[in-house]
Amino acid sequence: MSEINAAVTGGSISADVSGRYIAREHHPEQGTLLGFWLYLMSDCLLFASLFATYAVLGRNYAGGPTGAELFDLSLIAINTGFLLLSSITFGFAMISAQAKNLAKTQLWLVVTGILGLAFLSLEIYEFQHLIHEGAGPQRSGFLTSFFALVGTHGLHVLFGVVWLVTLFVQLAKHGITPENFRRLACLSLFWHFLDLVWIFVFTFVYLMGVLP
Amino acid sequence: MSDHHHDHDHGHGHGSNYEVHYSAKDYAVGFVLSLVLTAIPFWLVMNATLAPDTTRWVILGFAAVQLVVQMIYFLHLSTKSEAGWNMMALILTIVLLVIVMSGSIWVMHHMNENMMPGMGPTNTHEMT
Repeated sequence: MSEINAAVTGGSISADVSGRYIAREHHPEQGTLLGFWLYLMSDCLLFASLFATYAVLGRNYAGGPTGAELFDLSLIAINTGFLLLSSITFGFAMISAQAKNLAKTQLWLVVTGILGLAFLSLEIYEFQHLIHEGAGPQRSGFLTSFFALVGTHGLHVLFGVVWLVTLFVQLAKHGITPENFRRLACLSLFWHFLDLVWIFVFTFVYLMGVLP
Repeated sequence: MSDHHHDHDHGHGHGSNYEVHYSAKDYAVGFVLSLVLTAIPFWLVMNATLAPDTTRWVILGFAAVQLVVQMIYFLHLSTKSEAGWNMMALILTIVLLVIVMSGSIWVMHHMNENMMPGMGPTNTHEMT
């Protein structure tokens, strides 16, 4: 529309260009965040299909072990605590980044990364334990869908940690530039999104799996 | 980027161009609420306080509430963020999610019921 205006009024080009600039620039900086949000929504659909698979296959034990026999809820509670804590520590990193405090941002990022790794280690320990007991993904439909769903979430956390380390290096090199702040904001969305998915993993898979 | 943009759009200086204001209070409230909303379902299941069927619905309810809490306090989602586009995308996702989940469960439940006796998932663990 503004391009037509520019063509009609012709005259002073510089004024028209700035006019077009304003008209186009409704919310340009948030473009990345909106795009990232759309990615998260599509990721949601990926998880939805995995949850649907688990909902369908979750009770097909094929004579093998059931969720009630396999799941150690206190372990899951600890893991949930790690992830929830890492959510708030990432929040502190964002607050520090907003206050342009590089050292504090990095400190909170390290804490978040350690909590993420703690979560992953416990999950890997759990998986190893299950496979060792003969309850690997090929044992039954229940275990296949379980490993697919929980494993995909774990992979997301792993990539979140990789991203976090990358950003840590970026911050160390360039400081809290607008670009780095934008990246942090995206990672913050990603990290909290993983905690959101985990709410449904522990409710739907672990807690409901233990119920008769 | 441009100064006038700052003035008429959100204009809270700081040099940051984002609408979101990250506040410690938000995170603290979200964290405490999430902790409570996580602890209760775990406690319900680990102590088997309620009947299994009731527990199922109650813990699903807690998960739904915690989802909303984290969306507001951690993801800073509101109807105004990104001029409402975030919310639109979320609503579309939830619609698709409900269709995928309820559709799969409904279809597969009926398929299981129509299968030969002894082949349904409820009976499989008695066979070896």
